[in-house]
This record gives sequence, C-alpha cells and structure tokens, in this order.
Amino acid sequence: MAIGLHKSEVKNPLLRWVDERLPVITMIQKEYGTFPTPRNFNYFWNFGALAMINLMIMIATGIFLAMHYQPNTVMAFESVERIMRDVNYGWLIRYVHMNGASMFFIVVYIHIFRGLYYGSYKAPRELLWMLGVVIFLLMMATAFMGYVLPWGQMSLWGAVVITNLFSAFPVVGDFIVTLLWGGFSVDNPTLNRFFALHYLMPFMIVGVVFLHVTALHITGSNNPLGVEPKGPQDTIPFHPYYTIKDTVGIVVYLMVFAALVFFSPNYLGHPDNYIPANPLSTPAHIVPEWYFLPYYAILRAVPDKLGGVILMFSSILVWFALPWLDSSKVRSMNFRPVARIFFLLWCVSFGVLMYCGGKPAEEPYVTVSRIATAYYFAYFLVILPLLGRFERPMPLPESISRAVLGAKALGGGPLPAGAAAKPMEKA
Amino acid sequence: MADMATQSSAPPAGAPQATKRDFLALTATAFAAVGVGAIVWPFISSMNPARDVLAMASTEVDLAPIATGMAVTVMWRGKPVFVRNRTAEEIATARAVPISELRDPQTDQSRVQRDNWLVMVGVCTHLGCVPLGQRPTDVRGDYSGWFCPCHGSHYDGSGRIRKGPAPTNLAVPQYTFLTPTQIRIG
Repeated sequence: MAIGLHKSEVKNPLLRWVDERLPVITMIQKEYGTFPTPRNFNYFWNFGALAMINLMIMIATGIFLAMHYQPNTVMAFESVERIMRDVNYGWLIRYVHMNGASMFFIVVYIHIFRGLYYGSYKAPRELLWMLGVVIFLLMMATAFMGYVLPWGQMSLWGAVVITNLFSAFPVVGDFIVTLLWGGFSVDNPTLNRFFALHYLMPFMIVGVVFLHVTALHITGSNNPLGVEPKGPQDTIPFHPYYTIKDTVGIVVYLMVFAALVFFSPNYLGHPDNYIPANPLSTPAHIVPEWYFLPYYAILRAVPDKLGGVILMFSSILVWFALPWLDSSKVRSMNFRPVARIFFLLWCVSFGVLMYCGGKPAEEPYVTVSRIATAYYFAYFLVILPLLGRFERPMPLPESISRAVLGAKALGGGPLPAGAAAKPMEKA
Repeated sequence: MADMATQSSAPPAGAPQATKRDFLALTATAFAAVGVGAIVWPFISSMNPARDVLAMASTEVDLAPIATGMAVTVMWRGKPVFVRNRTAEEIATARAVPISELRDPQTDQSRVQRDNWLVMVGVCTHLGCVPLGQRPTDVRGDYSGWFCPCHGSHYDGSGRIRKGPAPTNLAVPQYTFLTPTQIRIG
C-alpha cells in the first residue's frame, strides 16, 4: 500500500478501495457505530437526532415545493393553492413542510430545555452550546422568511412588523430597512430575496450542525447524572443501543407529526394567512407563528421601540453567555434541588410569554408579560450566578456505572468493593 | 409455556440455521423498504404533470373558417399542430404514391379520418424544427407538402417523409370529430 492511503478495515474490496482514499465508512463506524456513549441516556437525549431528521424532511419537502412555487407577489398565493390542488401529492408535501416547521421548533425547544436542565452547556461543552444557539438563530431567520412566502395577510404584515423593527436602530436604521425591503415597502423585491435566502439558509444550518456534532464528538455527550464517563464501564457503543432507541423515538415523533399533518394540518397556523396579502388592510391582530410568540411578548412588553428590539434580541443572545453565568460546579439539576425549582419557574415564564405573545397588547397581558420578562432575564443574570455560590447541591454518584448498575452489582465485578469510593466529582 | 419456544417461525439458534433474530431483521428490512417507497413515491409523483397541465392537454379546433386549400396552425401540449383542408387534387396526388417508395410506409387513408382534413403534429421527426408549408408563400419542398429548413426534410401532401434525414412521417395525434366542423385534439 502506498504512503498516504488510509489503513481501512473494510472487508468488501470495492468499498475498501473507496475507504482507503476517503475514509467515510471508517468515519461512520467510528462516530456512529462504536462511539462510546454514556449508558444512562433518557429519552430527552433523542431530540438532537430528531432535529437532524426534521432538517432533512424540511429540505426534501422544501426542494419539491420550490419546483412549483412562484416567488412573485402576483403569483405566489395562487402558486401555493395550485400546489395544494393540482400538483400530485402537493397537499401532502405542503402540509408536511408547514407542520414540519412547527415540529422542528417543538423538537429543538425540548432539546434546548434538556441542555438547560442537565447543564449540557457547562465546560467543556461551551462551544457546542454556542454553536447550538447559532443554529437556533438561523432556524428563526429561515422560518420567518418561509412564512412570508405564501404571501397571505399574516405573511405580509408579519414581514412589515419585523422588518420595521430595524428602523429602531439609530443612524443606520432606515438604511437597513430600505436595504432589506429592496424598495419603499415590503413588496415584490422583498418576497424574491426572502425566497432566495430561505432556500439558502437550511444549507448553512447543515454546515453549523456538522460543526455542532463534531464538537460533541470531541467532548462526548453529557448524561442525566452530569457525571463524566470514567471508563468503558460507563459507556456503551452507539450502535446498536442508541440507533435502536433513536428508531423508537423517530417512530413516536412521526406519529405526532402524522397526527398533525393528517388530522389538523392548520391547527398551529393562523386562518388570516389564507387571505391574499393586502397592503391596504392591516389585520386586527398581527401575530407571528407560535414558536416566535415568547420573543414577541418580550418585544411588546417594553414601552420604548428601541428598548423592545434590544431586549427581544437579548433574550436569545443571553444564551451565549450561559456557560459563564451559571457558576455552579454541578451540571445536572437532578442534584440541584433549589435550581430545579427556579428552572421550572423559568419554563413557566417561557410558557406565559408564549401565551401573552398571542394576545393583543392590552391589559392584563402587558403587565403579565413584563413580570414574565423580568423573571426570564433574572433567571440567567441574577439567579443562576447566585445559586452557584449559595446552593448546596446533593452528593453526586461516583460514576455512571455505579449509579446505574448499583454498588452491589459491581461489588464482585471488575472494581473491588472498597476501592470505588471516590471523592465527589467537581465539574 | 414450553410451547412458546416452538411457536417462533424459525428453528432456535444454531450456527448454520436461521434464527429468530434473522427473521426479525428480514421483516424489519422489508417493512423499512416499503416505508422508504411510500415516502419517496409522493415526491416523484409530484414531478409528473399536475392536474392543471393535464387539463390543458386537449385542444378544440373549429374547422368552419378553414376554407379548402387553407391550413391553420394550433398549439396543442406546447407544440404546433397543422390542420389542413386539402383540395381534391392534393388528396388524389397523395393517394397515387406507391407505398414501396416511402421510407415510413403508410397509406394516406390511414393518416386521416375524413379525406380532406389532415391533422398532424408540426414537428419534424428529425430533430424537432417546425417545417414550412402552412402558408401559401412558404417553401413547400419537392413534394408539395412541407419542407423543413433545418436539415432539408421534404414531406408530401400527406405529411409523409420523402427526402431528407427525417426517419418517420409527421405524427398524427389522437383526435375526434365532435361535429363535422369541430375536432378535439388529445
């Protein structure tokens, strides 16, 4: 064998030839076959894989929709109705794409909440977490632009509201808005460029997901105990254990997805978006899609225009700082009984913000939004930093295997009974 | 209870024998293949002509304004269709041609439903240009029919290839006489 070729273990001669020159098969076997994974994952750890599947579904359905969609204000709405009525299975592809966006945010929110509860953002996974926030921001941009494309009333007016936000910035605000619009209002140039960017951004997401998974494979996964694997007794190979567990997860996910698509495909949408866009008629209540409602509530909670915009963006940007804001040495909130309560309250505040975001900007929703916003930020900026210093966490197990298999089961095993007593682990 | 072991559809584990695990793997793979097919088919089907395209697949032509010796060109499925009201001489000339002389042997009678109405897809069977010959001022070629200027194919008064590189006669589409003065093509 010449210098430089990879030493492949693949048996099949043709595949071996390929693998020697581009070791994809070896890579898949290493990263998704034998990869040592903590043995104590619960089902919250399925959601990263589900997000990846969801991304593939969105790209596939999106490409086939793009074969029929017309990104011109005169034809856009009709082209979507043509897809629904005339294109073979167009109704299915459209409903899967539309509800797939909602499923994507459901899956990603649960994925993020897992990270928040189990301290997956803590060292050494800070960069992994930040890449995840980047993916989330790209998802939001993609979803926002995608919603504009059918050119219904909510498409147009949602675009008007969100693009107008940028005028809040001093000096450059109006320049930015005109640049976004490509004209003097949200009109055909805006729609055209949103279509181009909406097609592009999922592929940017794929790139950042690749970085996200690579970073994960360097540090290894976190686990529900927040205690790092100490050796092979704490891990199991990804295949077949987590491939099969992920398959179960995928089936449940597809059942939920199918229930939405086939039984209530318009439940999560807004009926006003079935009215063709009319620049002369503003809908009574402009609301974004459900997954943007918490940030919408934060935006409207602040009486000042620029203040609202800054606070809304900050509500996500603060996530970048989380690894340094949370000073606790303990990762998993399973062992942080006080933090757990505050986190639960944070989830409640997120839900309250989502609810208020869908209501008109009147009392009592404004006051409630303000309280929920205050708690939302206080959790990150005040509570977590203080808790790290003053909370007394529960004692951590010595290792995953000890916690999962029990000290008694391990008593006669590879580790001698007494020698396994180790000091409490510090992150 | 002991019967349960014998209820599996394959004999129990033994190195050369099929195991229950093999059975499960086979059935799971089979179902996965069906699942993949069920997912892939709607995507492929969506690329087939949509219902509005199929609805445009028929064109009706009113023959009343076409006088004897005149021809019109209509669009059908994105292609030109020549509709010619032939004179008695044109019909006689076309019918006098010996079939053995033709590259693509077809009688004139087999190419028309009513003798004077010639309906053909106006696309040269060589490489797809639109032959000349619909207008009285057009070059009509050596056989007084149609002439394709791209590579010099000559068609006769029945649209049959006589000279030049085209392999077959001008195609006759499926059409029906709704009334003596109206046809539906396709």
